[in-house]
Amino acid sequence: MIPACRLADLPRGEAFRLDIDPPVSVFHTDDGEVFAIDDTCTHQDASLADGWLEGREVECPLHASKFALETGAVDAPPARLPVRTHEVVIEDGMVYVRLSTDAPNLPPCIAARLAGGIA
Amino acid sequence: MVGASLAGLSAARCLRKQGYDGRLVLIGDEPHRPYDRPPLSKEFLAGTIGEADLVLETDGEDLRAEWLLGARATGLDPARRAVRLADGREVRADGVVIATGAAARSLPGSEGLAGVHTLRTLDDARALRDELARGGRLVVIGGGFIGAEVASTACALGRDVTVIEAAPTPLAGPLGETMGAVVSGLHADHGVRLLCGVGVKGLSGERQVEAVLLEDGRTVPAEIVVVGVGARPCVEWLEGSGVQLDNGVKCGADGRTSLAGVVAVGDCANWYDPRAGTHRRVEHWTGARERPDAAVATLLAGGALEPGVPRPPYFWSDQYGVKIQFAGHAAGADSVTVEEGVVDDRNVLAVYRRAGVPVAVLGMNQPRLFMRWRKKLAASL
Ligand SMILES: Cc1cc2nc3c(=O)[nH]c(=O)nc-3n(C[C@H](O)[C@H](O)[C@H](O)COP(=O)(O)OP(=O)(O)OC[C@H]3O[C@@H](n4cnc5c(N)ncnc54)[C@H](O)[C@@H]3O)c2cc1C
Ligand code: FES
Repeated sequence: MIPACRLADLPRGEAFRLDIDPPVSVFHTDDGEVFAIDDTCTHQDASLADGWLEGREVECPLHASKFALETGAVDAPPARLPVRTHEVVIEDGMVYVRLSTDAPNLPPCIAARLAGGIA
Repeated sequence: MVGASLAGLSAARCLRKQGYDGRLVLIGDEPHRPYDRPPLSKEFLAGTIGEADLVLETDGEDLRAEWLLGARATGLDPARRAVRLADGREVRADGVVIATGAAARSLPGSEGLAGVHTLRTLDDARALRDELARGGRLVVIGGGFIGAEVASTACALGRDVTVIEAAPTPLAGPLGETMGAVVSGLHADHGVRLLCGVGVKGLSGERQVEAVLLEDGRTVPAEIVVVGVGARPCVEWLEGSGVQLDNGVKCGADGRTSLAGVVAVGDCANWYDPRAGTHRRVEHWTGARERPDAAVATLLAGGALEPGVPRPPYFWSDQYGVKIQFAGHAAGADSVTVEEGVVDDRNVLAVYRRAGVPVAVLGMNQPRLFMRWRKKLAASL
């Protein structure tokens, strides 16, 4: 489990980006739920933490693909692959992320970089 | 749905999502399933992505729809609400979504001359990509977004590129003079010639284009010419149908047309914009994706819904590795201020205001700040 941030430091409607590789974002919805998904859009290189959070969906800041925070499913194109979701655990006011062991759906530009081993 | 591209597909999805369970027919004159156009001037033209990457439907998606592809609509009979097709068939419907988009304007007299291209469809993009790969000097007529993106992509491919713009400043319409000049400064940054304030008289060449002739007497040699002088809404097929036309299909703030049971969405639709207090035909990807939500709701409710206020129009453009984003309306702004970044570094965030109130925002390589401003804009108006 990776500690992300204190819940008190993450206001509703905001996101926190965990700078691991690949990065993960924690979203605090307006209804008080907390979700974690891969931060990188599956379409191209954009940070979903910079996106438009509405209900239980985040809209990519670049081309407006929408992802369901709970399942990672694509709710609107141009992305076609779901974003990977991670388990969130909140203990003593601290938000932790238990990373998924599934393979991420990174966009082609990033996947090529990772495969090449260049950071 | 007449028009089987982004707006038509989005409308079909909205219909299913909003609970419509009946027969759904998509009519499109292109032979292809819906595909994404923005990459046609960017990654697809550059050859870094292929046709499979352009598909807009997700794997396994099933809208339970009938697809009539390669079928052109030629008329709409309002009394029977029937869409006539070029091959003589007819499709009757309880509701019609007009989503026929726009077509690239061409240069009169350029027909049949090899090397001259417009860029709107997948077929156009294939032809231009193949030609660019063969080499030659490229002249782009029109310094708008599509022209600028083609110039940027061709420049990255190592082509010699000249852009010709009739107006004194490219992009002054959508971005205003000041920021239009900043964004079009990207051409010079990358060694692309930009000639402004000069019209094109014609093209020279027998069977293959050889040069672009300018109104001031200059001649610009070219093996490839891309005509990027805008698009016209595809609405000829609606003449005489009773659907009111005015710069596309004239619509209310939720896509309703002058005919009951008929709505219009996407590039062909001239929606009333309550923020601007006037009609505006928005030719952007996000408009074609989002607005069908409201139009379909209206269609299913039989027009009994009060239209809401759509989000301010948003579009992006990628040029020379710079991510350009814009939301709102530049027209009507009386000031533009750079809030963040440096103009010369092409990483600015600029806010357009009218009487002190933000009406639009432009970002160059500033996605995070841009999103903050875009949300503010949506909330404040
Ligand atoms: C090269 C290019 C790059 C772009 N880049 C960007 C960008 O970076 N950012 C951005 O925001 N927007 C961009 N756009 C604009 C965006 O792609 C359009 O706004 C969007 O495609 C509009 O969707 P639409 O479904 O309304 O129309 P269209 O995509 O034009 O689709 C209309 C469909 O209807 C069909 N049709 C027309 N007439 C008939 C008829 N009589 N019968 C049957 N079918 C018919 C057409 O063949 C077409 O398939 C770009 C467009 C192009 C061409
Ligand atoms: S990068 Fe997210 S939709 Fe394109």
